[in-house]
Amino acid sequence: MSAFKFTLNQKEVEVDAAEDTPLLWVLRDNLAMTGTKFGCGKALCGACTVHLDGQPVRSCSLPISAIGEKKVTTIEGIANGELHPVQKSWIAEDVPQCGYCQSGQIMTAVALLNNNSNPTDEDIDEAMAGNICRCGTYVRIRRAIKRAAKEGNS
Amino acid sequence: MKDKIVKIDRRTFLKTTSISATGLLLGMHFSCTNTAKKLMGDPSANFSPNVYLNINGSGDVTIIAHRSEMGTGIKTSLPLVLADELEVDWEKVKVVQAVGDAKYGDQNTDGSYSVRMFYPIMRKAGATARRMLEQAAANEWKIDVSECKAKNHEVINSDGDVLGFGYLADKAALLPMPEEHEVKLKSPEEFKFIGKKTSIVDLEDIVTGKAIFGLDTKLEGAKVALVKRPPVAGGKVKSFNADAAMQIPGVQKVFEITSPGFPLQLDAPLGGVVVVADNTWAAMKGRNALKVVWDNGVNGNYDSDAYMETMMQKAKVKGKVRRKQGDADKALQAASKKVEAEFRVHHLSHAPMETPCAMAHFKDGKIEVWAPTQEPQWARGAVGGAVGLEEKNVTVNVTLLGGGFGRKSKPDYVVEAAIISRESGFPIKLLWTREDDIQHDYYHANCAQHISVGLDESGAVNAWRHRTVFPAIGSTSNAKANEPSGAELSQGVLDMPYDIPNVSCESNNASAQVRVGWLRSVANINHAFAIGCVLDEVAEKRGVDPAQNLLDLLGNDRNIDMDALSKEFWNYSEKLEEFPWNTARFRNVIEEVKKLSGWGKSMPAGSAMGIAAHRSFLSYVACVVEVKVENGKVKIPKAYYAVDCGVAVNPERVKAQFEGGAVFGASIGLKSKITVKKGIVQQGNFDTYEVARITDAPVETEVFIVPSNEKPTGVGEPPVPPFAPALCNALYRVTGKRIRQLPITV
Ligand code: FES
Ligand code: FES
Repeated sequence: MSAFKFTLNQKEVEVDAAEDTPLLWVLRDNLAMTGTKFGCGKALCGACTVHLDGQPVRSCSLPISAIGEKKVTTIEGIANGELHPVQKSWIAEDVPQCGYCQSGQIMTAVALLNNNSNPTDEDIDEAMAGNICRCGTYVRIRRAIKRAAKEGNS
Repeated sequence: MKDKIVKIDRRTFLKTTSISATGLLLGMHFSCTNTAKKLMGDPSANFSPNVYLNINGSGDVTIIAHRSEMGTGIKTSLPLVLADELEVDWEKVKVVQAVGDAKYGDQNTDGSYSVRMFYPIMRKAGATARRMLEQAAANEWKIDVSECKAKNHEVINSDGDVLGFGYLADKAALLPMPEEHEVKLKSPEEFKFIGKKTSIVDLEDIVTGKAIFGLDTKLEGAKVALVKRPPVAGGKVKSFNADAAMQIPGVQKVFEITSPGFPLQLDAPLGGVVVVADNTWAAMKGRNALKVVWDNGVNGNYDSDAYMETMMQKAKVKGKVRRKQGDADKALQAASKKVEAEFRVHHLSHAPMETPCAMAHFKDGKIEVWAPTQEPQWARGAVGGAVGLEEKNVTVNVTLLGGGFGRKSKPDYVVEAAIISRESGFPIKLLWTREDDIQHDYYHANCAQHISVGLDESGAVNAWRHRTVFPAIGSTSNAKANEPSGAELSQGVLDMPYDIPNVSCESNNASAQVRVGWLRSVANINHAFAIGCVLDEVAEKRGVDPAQNLLDLLGNDRNIDMDALSKEFWNYSEKLEEFPWNTARFRNVIEEVKKLSGWGKSMPAGSAMGIAAHRSFLSYVACVVEVKVENGKVKIPKAYYAVDCGVAVNPERVKAQFEGGAVFGASIGLKSKITVKKGIVQQGNFDTYEVARITDAPVETEVFIVPSNEKPTGVGEPPVPPFAPALCNALYRVTGKRIRQLPITV
């Protein structure tokens, strides 16, 4: 076990964990931050997506020792006083069914829109293909991303 | 315990007794809940006229959601029905998830019947309470109740005086239950929520990460458990060595839990070796370090590809006749043209995004569990039975489910967590990894079918012979149940609606060598695929448009007396008089989907549309899929559905179920396949067991809901069956190759 310090949702946190522990389990087990979900453990489904310095990463496959000085943002950290525009467009389009994959979907979508304010269908396909939704909310995910882009650009 | 299993067994199709629980439940719910006496002398008392509803003195309304939320929106839709009749302000309603308890009536969230079964009950619950509030106001004003009308959380009289629900709550609580005839249901024009859009109650919690799923409850001192299960269904631990596992820092205990062997049970764990650790990562490492020697038991030679061919041999010979009109064999011999085809569908895994998981705390002769379960009453009974406690000492809290699709109606994983908590002495969070989930599921039954259709000289279809072979769900737990039940065959085979004079529907025996269970729309998947594809071939033989072919074969508009066609016919536990098999409604969805999709319009090269229609869970669905083949890759630019599901309580969520059902269908059509070799499932995670991603799914899905005042019927499962055959038929139009096996290989 070693001590690790990192920035989580703009706050300094410190945890004691084995150094190969995936960030996902540090978040869920050590920090009781359960918004980030387990879906596959192998970087195949995107349910565990968080941001590392603003870029989407699969926290199930990222050891805590690899984080260093980088800043971690989770689904709990993207609203800033009010909901993030992507969260708002997710609500406007009634995207979730069971909701389980949606933290990961939203985190991937936020990163996409940060990098590309006006994504095409192909851009959306490419960015979102790593996030599985077994309930099949894809048509609404696509609509919600386009809505957020439109509202962000207007 | 025995009784319990019989009761929840409606979905295992071992029986076909048609019980409409509605009437019974009503009596039960409404008679035991009049709390008037108890409330005498308690001025702060709440108004709880039935188990689903509470109104306090501030007018806050709590409605119990007793069915499990796994993504269908049921936690919102049923409370909404009660709220509509009650005339409440939805903003003042809090929806609370029920624990597993028989007092709520059926809680088995499965079989697409939640709305169908509880729509009348919830309406009556709301209307009864409304009437009592109106009566309470009438008493205050000393006028007749007929002059009082509840509207939006208040009661108003003809002079325009107003009393709020909060003010009236404790007064209403003292009133006797109204007589049956005094309770007036709204007319459809008066509905304020039913038929309109309402967002799900957990929407904001979900998008902010606050929603609580199976493992999100905070439980002080909980340890994490993982189980290494026998790789072959029905296998057992011969011996194990825990030394290396115990060396992993954080691993607390390693022990064996036993298995019932084969046949397996629908509610018992598989056994294996448990690792209990301080955190998930230590449990994973500990489990990896375990050394276990297995006894593979009776299924160590199961090879699913070889078994498919064994089943196909049986599908090609005369089987047990389960429906018969005329003489199909003779008519086929005399037919001037024939269509004959074999169809194969492999095992499938549910793979909900949230794997099975549960939290359990066994303490002081009681146990409390938190679980994403579709069937909390079954879980309660099974947990009690497994840890030796009476039901009253078992509490089953139902969290949100991260998808279910039938997997989470089986309580095996809840029982597993309970046993581990009792054995280890810790509160336990039990996690199944994705590999655990995919390798130890209750798989969709693999199925071999052979269909022969005969045409006479005029091109009329006069013979239909459908042979299907698949392991019955019942054979998972009963080795003798190796012939599909009438209920399983009524999912596409016995209920074949086309007007054909000579019909023979046959089955043959097969047995489960892995755990087999129900998966979203169950045997309808296999049968709708085969029938949907074969009818497309019949259209071609007849030289008519495939949609027109369906309409031609359907014959005159009528209610089909399916009970007369096969004494084994099962109408999803409902009587045909209540829920007829109506060909006009079936015809109508076909016509509507043609309009919606612009059926028949010319398509660019490499693109085409296909159609299929299927009634399941008492709903009528027609589906058109548009495909585009590019460099050998299948794209689905659009899917279209027309559905007649009676009253659509929350049409927006009905649409969502169809959008999602199309994606589920795309997984079945294009991606998913479980194979078993030497008894071991060959897939393990989403790299080998693929499901549809955004790039595979329809880019758009349009849904037309037939406006209707008929009784509500299923929407969770019905979108799935017609999707794959519509897709196959579309692909045929592009490639010229008939598809007779799922998933499709292009
Ligand atoms: S859990 Fe990390 S990608 Fe699936
Ligand atoms: S909403 Fe259920 S998995 Fe995406």
